[in-house]
Amino acid sequence: MTLPLPWPFDRQYMQLALAAGVVVGVCAPLIGTFLVQKRLSLMGDGVGHMAFAGVAAGLLAGVSPLWAALAVAVAGAMTIEWLRLRRRASGDLALAVFFYSGIAAGVVLSGLAGSLNAGMLTYLFGSVLTVSPADAVTICALGTLILAVVAVAWRAMFAVVLDEEAARVAGLPVDALSLGLAALTAVTVVAAMRVVGVLLVAALMVLPVGSAQRVARSFAATLRWAVAIGVGSVVAGLALARAGGLAPGGTIVLVSAAAFAVTAAFGGRLGARTA
Amino acid sequence: MPLSEIRGAGAAPEAMCLDGISFSYGRHLVLDGISLAIGAGEFVALTGPNGSGKSSLVRVALGLSAPQAGTVRLLGHSPAALGQRWRVGYVPQRAMLADHLPATVEEVVASGCVARRGWYRRPRPQDAARVDAALDVVALDDHRHVPVAELSGGQQQRAFIARALASEPELLVLDEPIAGVDVESQGRFRDALVTRCRTDGVAVLLVSHELGAVAEDLDRVVLLRGGHLAFDGPPAKLTAEGVSLGVHHMDLPVWLEGLG
Repeated sequence: MTLPLPWPFDRQYMQLALAAGVVVGVCAPLIGTFLVQKRLSLMGDGVGHMAFAGVAAGLLAGVSPLWAALAVAVAGAMTIEWLRLRRRASGDLALAVFFYSGIAAGVVLSGLAGSLNAGMLTYLFGSVLTVSPADAVTICALGTLILAVVAVAWRAMFAVVLDEEAARVAGLPVDALSLGLAALTAVTVVAAMRVVGVLLVAALMVLPVGSAQRVARSFAATLRWAVAIGVGSVVAGLALARAGGLAPGGTIVLVSAAAFAVTAAFGGRLGARTA
Repeated sequence: MPLSEIRGAGAAPEAMCLDGISFSYGRHLVLDGISLAIGAGEFVALTGPNGSGKSSLVRVALGLSAPQAGTVRLLGHSPAALGQRWRVGYVPQRAMLADHLPATVEEVVASGCVARRGWYRRPRPQDAARVDAALDVVALDDHRHVPVAELSGGQQQRAFIARALASEPELLVLDEPIAGVDVESQGRFRDALVTRCRTDGVAVLLVSHELGAVAEDLDRVVLLRGGHLAFDGPPAKLTAEGVSLGVHHMDLPVWLEGLG
């Protein structure tokens, strides 16, 4: 079914790309806002590389690459957070260990599966124009899950990212909320995998948030601005990609980077202070 | 000093009670058999030279670190068994590096209500009233919509005190809250603590090198030195030993440095 939308979204493949892209444009900056405040901006990148290993494992085992990626990414993200919470490793060291192990495991497993080819590249760099109706439904379902959890828990998650120790003394379930955020990060990465690819997913988690921080004057406004810039980047990126015959994943991220450059140059007072 | 002596006859109900606390990092013994009790409505300062174990004592008292020996009771319960943890307010040392965080004063203070109402619940009218009251106490009502990053260091510290007050705690623990804070903020800070203590019966444990702003309001001064309790008594007794808590020639920071 094709909806009567104007160019460039007049074709079904563009409408499916738009649906999947908008979900990612909402969810990635939403989760990214909490990660940036926790100074874990590269969490999405680390989890993305584990998702890559999951895709390869799925291809090797003959199961759905998407669900295999979800399982590996959730387990890996929660392990990183557990190591950080238990002070077994600093946040960036734990990330680095999983980041490189993930990509190495992905290369080895995909070599074993004989699939280190164009098929794997669609997961590395995204292939939003080949999203099927079933993919779009899965991505929308994952997006709904993320939105539902954030709608309930965002105030508590804010209290934790603001001051983990004070939140712990006050009796908030800091470990559960932190592990939950890690799991949501993994779900977001897997949802975004088909849109921008595992190599670029972290960009959509970080760049819109960096832009939002420069124009917003409250945490709630930061969330709203980040989502608006994320969705705007996806829509503009898809349109530019179709108009110019460009790679859509990379174009979306470049639009997001351009938005960051504009807000960094002309942003408000907070931007001036943090520049 | 045995606990029976610390408590005294007819003392107020205990907000915090540490009994024989020993704590070490690896082989390094930081606290050696510390006993300390703070009653409801008491205003107690904990001080001592750098490295004397003040912050470790606070972490153990709040249940953030487990002691190797001794027992901790907060509001009559062990930290793990205290169900309503929001009854304890905590202002950590260097509460937040706020310059990158676009959060308003109101958002920061309101985050102090989350644990009390339940983390998954939406804010209720009484939460807004608690935030208003806490902002009023620290005199930041006019700044409620201002990003915390745009406040002075002293104002930021008051915002974090308001966050701790927003859950209406019965015990308030502040770790070095007035280091580097301007004089006006120190006055506001003093007023806020004294109001909570005297009017609402909140027990306050203030960890600081600088007690000048609150010197006349303290019930007791506790001095840690080398992991031991070197002094526990009223400020007047310390003054009698030739140490002034104010900003005089023989003031506390200088004396503490001499001890270290």
